[in-house]
Amino acid sequence: MQPSKQLKPAAHGFRAAARRDPAWVRWLLTSLAVAVVGVLIVIPVTHVFYQALKPGWATYWNNLTADADTRHAIMLTLIVAPSAVVANVLFGVVAAWAIARFRFPGRTLLVSLIDLPFAVSPVVAGLMLLLIFGMQGVLGPWLREHNIQIVFALPGLILATMFVTMPFVVRELLPVMEAIGDEEEVAAVSLGANAWQMFWRVTLPNIKWGLLYGVILCNARAMGEFGAVYVVSGRIERQTYTMPLRVEKLFQDYDNPASFAVASVLTFLALVTLLVKVVLERKTQGELAEVAALRQPGEQV
Amino acid sequence: MSRRILPGFKFSLGFTITYLALLLLLPMAACLYKASALSSSQFLGAVWTPRTQAAYRFTLEVSLWSASASVLLGLLVAWVLVRYEFPLKRVFDSLIDLPFALPTAVAGLVYSSLYVKQGWLGQYLVPIGIEGAYSKFAVVLVLTFLGLPFVVRAIQPVLETIDADTEEAAFLLGASRLQTFFRVIFPAILPATVTGFALSFARSLGEYGSVVFVSGNMPFKTEIAPVLIVSRLEEFAYAEATAIAVVLLGLSLAMLLVINQLERWSTSRAT
Repeated sequence: MQPSKQLKPAAHGFRAAARRDPAWVRWLLTSLAVAVVGVLIVIPVTHVFYQALKPGWATYWNNLTADADTRHAIMLTLIVAPSAVVANVLFGVVAAWAIARFRFPGRTLLVSLIDLPFAVSPVVAGLMLLLIFGMQGVLGPWLREHNIQIVFALPGLILATMFVTMPFVVRELLPVMEAIGDEEEVAAVSLGANAWQMFWRVTLPNIKWGLLYGVILCNARAMGEFGAVYVVSGRIERQTYTMPLRVEKLFQDYDNPASFAVASVLTFLALVTLLVKVVLERKTQGELAEVAALRQPGEQV
Repeated sequence: MSRRILPGFKFSLGFTITYLALLLLLPMAACLYKASALSSSQFLGAVWTPRTQAAYRFTLEVSLWSASASVLLGLLVAWVLVRYEFPLKRVFDSLIDLPFALPTAVAGLVYSSLYVKQGWLGQYLVPIGIEGAYSKFAVVLVLTFLGLPFVVRAIQPVLETIDADTEEAAFLLGASRLQTFFRVIFPAILPATVTGFALSFARSLGEYGSVVFVSGNMPFKTEIAPVLIVSRLEEFAYAEATAIAVVLLGLSLAMLLVINQLERWSTSRAT
């Protein structure tokens, strides 16, 4: 596919010249790109930490830990996000297995359906849950009769987060599973492994980095989800405020330092996510390259 | 891979469909069911008032502007990332993904405080008449931040796989760099660019978390459609909120179809 990569030494000079822009163009475009990323991304991130820490470390720590409402919001996010991630990991692994390993009618439709939450506005997602589980919702009267609270309570927050973050794990697993292929799994089954053994000894070790990558992305979005959670939360103090909602509440109350303090924790998590993402990307690519090298040359995936 | 030697076909497909039906199709059905309880004149009365029209127009307008800005800036960033070497390029590359990882509420919070009159950037921009907070420009700005990685990550891989041969042929035939870019490179990355545009446009249409912070939410001026849904809900006007949601949902589904087609076009061009 890429014969041009193996350059003959004699041709190298002219080949490079054909693709090289003049120095001033390179300088200009690089500075512009750095400026764009600087203004749009680097300055805002720096600003979050600057605003959060401006009143000093002691106040910063106080803003995060002294306020019972903020403490509750942090705890709630630490419950909601992992719950949604666990549900979507389960779904992601099972769905990726069905889609990557079998051919069946409606398969393409299924893949598009899984992408749907990316396209739907989070606010609409939250509203749809209200229309099922809310007082006016389809199941509302029945739920009230049985004293089950879903919206304006923890289950609603988890459901809304699950909806919004549903595609992340499947989306990461599908290309990995397709690229790895099913030879090893077929071999395992042929040699007498049962489904459970095959999954734990063959499939999972093969997809582990891709899976972890999906978990990281899913978790980042789950912790940061605002629109869908906002709608189903009903905003009850010390009950349904997650961290992003708390950021907004503090902002509305003109408590900027506290708002930025909570925001800085979320920003720190985002930066950690990026770091882990870089490491994992390198790992998955390394493994896919290994698989490709083991295959016969010319064999297509 | 259609060999049914592998176990778990029925279980995995059944589980997947059940999960999707419960979490995705059931809520959508409930939404349509509730909307269908409205008569057509009630429905129109809810979705087509001067205030909703202003909100749709504003949403479309800021989405178009921000997607266009994302494409222009994204092209520049992708080009520089693929073609040039410079210090800290790896860090630069991974920072592009930050808008994917950063909670939108945080983006809204920090953008609103950067561009006000006392803000880091606002202190220079506001005196020369650029209002980057509580204005249309503010919304476009924060949506461009969210849209940028979609465009860069759509174009970057395609730009990496462009064959050197065509560029060399153009060079040998005496084309200038600019001609080569517009006649050789641009046609090759066009499908990816359009896909990037559509992705960032679709994202902007539904965005809520960051926009509520920066727009000021003034009815008829800077109110987006999702904000309208929320304010209807706060008035307990569920039926009206649902009607507007159905309009937005239709728009999202249409965008999803367009994006699917575009991605098919990109891959068929690439191979």
